Amino acid sequence: MEIVRLFDIRQPRRGGLGSGDLIALVALGVLLYAGVRLAHYAPSRILGPEISLAPGALPWYAGLSLGRMAAAYLLSILFTFVCGSLAAGNRTAERLVLPALDVLQSVPILSFLPVVLLSFSALMPQGIAAELASIVLIFTSQVWNLTFAWYQSLTTIPTELREASAIFRFGGWMRFRVLELPFAAITLLWNSMMSWAGGWFFLMAAEIFTVGERDFRLPGLGSYLQVAARQGDLSAVIWGLGTLIFVIAVLDQLVWRPLVAWADRFKLESVSGEALATSWALQAARRSMLVDWLRSRVTRPAMERLDAAFRHPGPAGEPVAAGGPRRRWRVWLLGAIGVGVLVYGSVRAGMLLSLVPPTEWLSIVPALGATLARVLASLVLAALWTVPVGVWIGSRPRVAAALQPVVQVAASVPATALFPVLISTLLRIPGGLSTAAIGLMLLGTQWYILFNVIAGTTAIPRDLQYTTALLQFGTVDRWRALILPALLPYLVTGALTAAGGAWNASIVAEYVEFGGHSVHTVGIGARIAEATAAGDYPLLLAATLAMVLTVVAFNRFLWRRLYRVAEARFRIE
Amino acid sequence: MATRNGAALVELRRVSQRYETRERTFTALREIDLVIREGEFVALLGPSGCGKSTLLRIITGLQVPSDGQVLYRGSPLHGINPHAAIVFQTMALFPWLTVQQNVEIALKVRGMAPADRTTRAVALLDKVGLDGFESAFPRELSGGMRQKVGFARAMAVEPELLCLDEPFSALDVLSADALRAELLELWTSGAIPTRAILMVTHNIEEAIFLADRVIVMEKDPGRVVSELSVGLPQPRHRRAPEFTAVVDRVYGLLAGQTQPEHVELGTAPGEPGHTRALPSITINDLSGLLEYLAGLPRPEADLYQIAADLKIDSDHLLRLAEAAELLGFATIARGDITLAPLGETVAEASIQARKEIFASRMRRLPIYRWLAALLREADRQQLKAWVVQRALEIEFPPAEATRQLDTLVGWGRYAELLGYDDSSETITLETAAAPAPGDSGVSSSSAR
Repeated sequence: MEIVRLFDIRQPRRGGLGSGDLIALVALGVLLYAGVRLAHYAPSRILGPEISLAPGALPWYAGLSLGRMAAAYLLSILFTFVCGSLAAGNRTAERLVLPALDVLQSVPILSFLPVVLLSFSALMPQGIAAELASIVLIFTSQVWNLTFAWYQSLTTIPTELREASAIFRFGGWMRFRVLELPFAAITLLWNSMMSWAGGWFFLMAAEIFTVGERDFRLPGLGSYLQVAARQGDLSAVIWGLGTLIFVIAVLDQLVWRPLVAWADRFKLESVSGEALATSWALQAARRSMLVDWLRSRVTRPAMERLDAAFRHPGPAGEPVAAGGPRRRWRVWLLGAIGVGVLVYGSVRAGMLLSLVPPTEWLSIVPALGATLARVLASLVLAALWTVPVGVWIGSRPRVAAALQPVVQVAASVPATALFPVLISTLLRIPGGLSTAAIGLMLLGTQWYILFNVIAGTTAIPRDLQYTTALLQFGTVDRWRALILPALLPYLVTGALTAAGGAWNASIVAEYVEFGGHSVHTVGIGARIAEATAAGDYPLLLAATLAMVLTVVAFNRFLWRRLYRVAEARFRIE
Repeated sequence: MATRNGAALVELRRVSQRYETRERTFTALREIDLVIREGEFVALLGPSGCGKSTLLRIITGLQVPSDGQVLYRGSPLHGINPHAAIVFQTMALFPWLTVQQNVEIALKVRGMAPADRTTRAVALLDKVGLDGFESAFPRELSGGMRQKVGFARAMAVEPELLCLDEPFSALDVLSADALRAELLELWTSGAIPTRAILMVTHNIEEAIFLADRVIVMEKDPGRVVSELSVGLPQPRHRRAPEFTAVVDRVYGLLAGQTQPEHVELGTAPGEPGHTRALPSITINDLSGLLEYLAGLPRPEADLYQIAADLKIDSDHLLRLAEAAELLGFATIARGDITLAPLGETVAEASIQARKEIFASRMRRLPIYRWLAALLREADRQQLKAWVVQRALEIEFPPAEATRQLDTLVGWGRYAELLGYDDSSETITLETAAAPAPGDSGVSSSSAR
């Protein structure tokens, strides 16, 4: 099953916090502080755009949403090639970039949304601010895993392939095009798909974010859904959801599937028994005369030109093992400036935080606890239904093959798009928003676990299954001796990703605008949203920082250790 | 091939390669002097870890030596040698390019026009017998065919110096044989413009089958110990007595000579003197060798003959022989191995008796005594593997230290002297191995 790869990429390397992590965390705090400072100047009343519920407006909205996604993705790819290559090629950069990426990819990005939105609206006209904020937010959700994947594949290229490209005197461009890019193609592709799925989640949240007097909505599919839900216009809700699913499905069929099938050629070796990815769109393109013509008349000559233009004229290449001359003083200067900014920023941030009254600090603790309890509850609930169902699907290859597209489409519908639609129903269950928020988190998290359980089940070797059958294990024994241990590494991976999603969801799940008034419950997400609504900037900074620290600490001290234990003890080679 | 003993193509002058770890500096190559002349086929032969691949990378300019000079046609080499090409052990083909594209890419980088490079690539693929496979991807080909692409790619750039880095060791026996013959044909017929070939190998027979001159290297530190001209006309026949005589001689050079026990065993890590590294082999393989030797009609056997009979790599065989020698199961002299009485006993003993003999022999090894003493002084007689690894790194480079640790633990577990818990990565001294009163020669002072 292909899904395994998707989650294999984030290899946790260690637990605990290092000095690099601390620098990254402090830098993050300073950045947040800068955002909060700017937020002071944000207008206290922000009007959202009028959203038309006419189905005819949907193509336009879908185009806008798609454009934001594409812009953020392009930015991410550019950032990836620059920063990933820098980290892979330079020791100093590596020591800074890696911990930063590591912290950033475990930070709940959505907790930044209010700060980013407020600071941008202080700087520029509302329309542009919201657009840019959404793109920045999607970018920050997409980019880290891409950069990490690129860095990792650059550092794992077999030495002999590197030496071959050196001895045959490849220049920088040819090395990129013939060696590095193809080598990274598959992980980049899988990570891009993951990034896009994540991006939709954040885009929807960014398009529908409203707190109090501040309406940061953007014209797009997310805001369409929210307005439709608020007005109780069921047919508009259906139209909106349909369009969203349609867009995601079309992207899957016309972009990702063909790319995955095409990228098969970049596998280092073929694993026998692994089904090759197929795509009707790619088949059609391969048969098409037009594509054929384009390839022989346009792409190939263009590539030839490009190769010739970049061909390095020098007679001899650089030795692989030797380093170039170092510009030490520049590194030192940049480092000194960086340290200065960090120190100044953290002092100012500290001063701002000191404005938070002790009672508010005390209120953050139970809020964190409540959200943590919800995150854990959503994980447990998700595991309760996904483990049996996932094992059932995973042990039936035909069912798995048939259900896979259905599950994938269901999973790709961003939970944030469903929030406004489901909220009126969920609010009626006992416990109100407090329990409803768990349901909303569940929407986003269950799929990660389900995918991983299915993948884990299909990875159980046949021989072991036969053995348990031959030894006539009962159901209980079979689960205890084989299935659960074999699933453990997958479950932990799934839970790790799912927990990240749940923390993110808390921002939009614990505080909702519904029926003209706001409903909120005890939770850190609610604290952040309330602070945004009230313009309480010290509290906004305090709550956001508290959440970031909690999540990073949990990742490092709990999930990674669990993951390492599960990997070492229970991974079946 | 017309000009033997022509002008010097490559010249190395006192080339050394060192690298530093936290603890100390290790010498990978020590003061190598070497000349490769036009018209020569030279083989660099040595056990794994002797730095022969590093030497090849220094000669091609992929790596810069810490010391010494590399000359190409009389002038110092800067950067990568543009007149050299390498055929790699792992072939190093780009899996996403077709066979033809793999060959063409090397020409494209040199700025050759599309039509010309296609012509040359197709002609070369034809020459190595791959016509019809131009549009195949490397993964569709067998190992032997893939390496043919490797050869075609290297020859496409018409290098003066063709470097081969163990090009046959990843292939099965039959493909390797066929490919060797084809290489020889291309070389001796003068069908390629290559002026000299340098091959790195750990396979003694292969070196003598192909090369005009064999440079024999040893490890700890990597150095040239001997050089011999093969002096047999091509084609050579492996069964011919002249051929086996040369092979036997090289085994004699590489297998060494059994020394008096205190020299043979070396000293413990941290003590003055040479610490003897354990050859990395499994006890299973060693028992297999002993049983084989015991079954022979005569007590003494030629190593080259054993390699041929058992179809094992000369490098592996030499390591097994070294282990047998180190444990006192056999003696080695002039490329012959002789089963010692103890070795004979092992070959015929029951599993439990074998373990006991092996344990008693292992207790004599300074490196084991050192480890046992460390463990005895540790809390509950156990240590984390990384602690021992770190301690070994004072004596060995990190990779070698890992190998030593693996070998020690592997042998110790077999002998029931050591225990190892994988989940906690802890090494334990088995209680039976603790110092019994009067246990021969094991005193904690030997560890210091």
